[in-house]
Amino acid sequence: MGKSLFQKVWDTHAVGTLADGRTQLFIGTHLIHEVTSPQAFGMLRDLGLKVKFPQRTFATVDHIVPTENQDAPQDPLAAEMMRALRDNCDDFGVTYFDLKSGKQGIVHVVGPEQGITQPGTTIACGDSHTATHGAFGAIAFGIGTTQVRDVLASQTLALEALKVRRIEVNGDLRPGVYAKDVILHIIRLLGAKGGIGFAYEYAGDVFDRMSMEERMTVCNMSIEGGARCGYVNPDAKTVAYLQGRPYVDSKNFDTTAARWLSFASDPDAVFDDIVRINAADIEPTVTWGISPDQGISISENIPDPAKSQTPGEKASVEEALAYMKLPAGTPIKGVKIDVAFIGSCTNGRISDFREVAKYIRGHQVAAGVKAIVVPGSQIVAVQCEKEGLPQIFRDAGFEWRAAGCSMCLAMNPDKLIGDQLCASSSNRNFKGRQGSPTGRTVLMSPVMVAAAAINGSISDARELFELKAEAAVA
Amino acid sequence: MALEPVLSVSGTGVFIPGADIDTDRIIPARFMKCVTFDGLGEFAFYDVRFDEHGNKTNHPLNDPRFAKASILVAGENFGCGSSREHAPQSLRKYGFNGVIAESFAEIFYGNSTTLAMPCVMASAADIKALAAAIEADPNLIVKIDVDALRVSTSTGLDFAVKMPESAREALVTGRWDPIQELLDNESEIEKKAVELHYV
Ligand code: SF4
Repeated sequence: MGKSLFQKVWDTHAVGTLADGRTQLFIGTHLIHEVTSPQAFGMLRDLGLKVKFPQRTFATVDHIVPTENQDAPQDPLAAEMMRALRDNCDDFGVTYFDLKSGKQGIVHVVGPEQGITQPGTTIACGDSHTATHGAFGAIAFGIGTTQVRDVLASQTLALEALKVRRIEVNGDLRPGVYAKDVILHIIRLLGAKGGIGFAYEYAGDVFDRMSMEERMTVCNMSIEGGARCGYVNPDAKTVAYLQGRPYVDSKNFDTTAARWLSFASDPDAVFDDIVRINAADIEPTVTWGISPDQGISISENIPDPAKSQTPGEKASVEEALAYMKLPAGTPIKGVKIDVAFIGSCTNGRISDFREVAKYIRGHQVAAGVKAIVVPGSQIVAVQCEKEGLPQIFRDAGFEWRAAGCSMCLAMNPDKLIGDQLCASSSNRNFKGRQGSPTGRTVLMSPVMVAAAAINGSISDARELFELKAEAAVA
Repeated sequence: MALEPVLSVSGTGVFIPGADIDTDRIIPARFMKCVTFDGLGEFAFYDVRFDEHGNKTNHPLNDPRFAKASILVAGENFGCGSSREHAPQSLRKYGFNGVIAESFAEIFYGNSTTLAMPCVMASAADIKALAAAIEADPNLIVKIDVDALRVSTSTGLDFAVKMPESAREALVTGRWDPIQELLDNESEIEKKAVELHYV
């Protein structure tokens, strides 16, 4: 009987079984950032412990950095957090991609960029979007701060194995349908808690054809579907992406690549569950509520609580609509927006900005809309400059900023004000997520955000940019 | 490192209705600008406890009848979203000792167990009955028996709850913080690092 990638990685990384029955799992790579690590270093100091393998932990700063005057936060608390990370990395010998390194960025953009993220490895980070790294065939998941301490001290974690659900998407995506739509569609189908207890294996020809960056977009939002991790099996594309990156062993590359590929799920692997989705059923998808599974296609109407199947569903639709201040049963298309945000670890990579730049020439952001674009890392920003992308965005009326998490969770100065509604390429539409307790978030692909910015309202990018949607199949 | 076994926790309860209560709701991100967890308690559920002008809302945690509650009762998928330990830390520091919900998000669950705050799962019907009992008598003592996996009240409600066996085991044997056990396997860890080409 064959094994899935998850089982292979789990079995090879198991150090032993603990008294409570959990597995002690070796963590190959540990990524840290300024928000969830200072307390962990504090705990190490209190216990008089060292970092076991300092070369296996990598740090960067992303959540609290301003995107204007990056290295001069006006906020004393942010400055203190940056200082704490610097000191902790120095004291414990951890590599830190700081603002001066030219390599700083969102931790989930930096790992792959540096070639730190590799197939067949375990990756942990005090951040739930660590699932992003699963795009490379790694088992990557978010952990709490006490566990950050555990990894620092022992390079291992006490964990329980997950079940594996294979999600197969086959067929052709229609024009104007992106990786972001695929994952929003999956979450809509399976629910925000559908993945609890599971790792998601994304398989099928749609993922086979996707670029590494698109795979990252999909894996990134596994957690929004309740799955602690998600992955795509490594293939030739994975190997090609990693070749030549700073942390990849170039001397024995062929051996390394062969080892990576050997982790892919066996053809006869057994899964705990299999879900099959037809690619042609996926449309550009947007959220209308306060949970990432509250999504609809751009041509649908906002749900009507009166049509809910259960009292629980009715209550949650009502709560979401009251918060979002959206009228039940009316089209989502045409809802006015105040802010547009393109960036985050979901959609802040070079291919995202290239794709949007293709369409926005000759267009202008609507009057009254604040539109900001935030590259996911300094390396992405430099590449954008080389290709002349910032100017294209500026000419169209977007603000071009420096790298960081920015308005994805608004721990820096980029925040919604009052009940502003934001068309956002990020991953969470929770109440208050973008910095204002009454701010509203509508999740969508970057090209859809650009269309919303230009029209001043939630729009079908296929119409505005003439993305030639074929006639719908009857 | 000998830890206190957690066999049961009890206290008065408060019911926070709604499914998918996420970690951004439990502790809004702006309160995470800190280098220690101290002081997080007062910000638990801040944005639903206070309106834009800083006035108290009618959130259950603002209801004086539930001011001393130490057992939190909730719906499905409690603690979803971020991995931030700031969420269970803020609940713990607010004064909660245990959570009873229909289901939990995994990372939140693990974080809470490591903080010796048991999280147990109950059926929707039992949660409903418990919420009604708390509403009828806010001074009702709710007991989570971690060892026997039952929840009971001083008024005679008594029902079975679930919890992964590893978490139950860890709590009742005082191994909820695994650090010492992890460190004890040092030579195995070192062997693994070499075997897997990590060093
Ligand atoms: S971009 Fe958003 S989701 Fe990603 S790491 Fe930063 S805050 Fe988290």
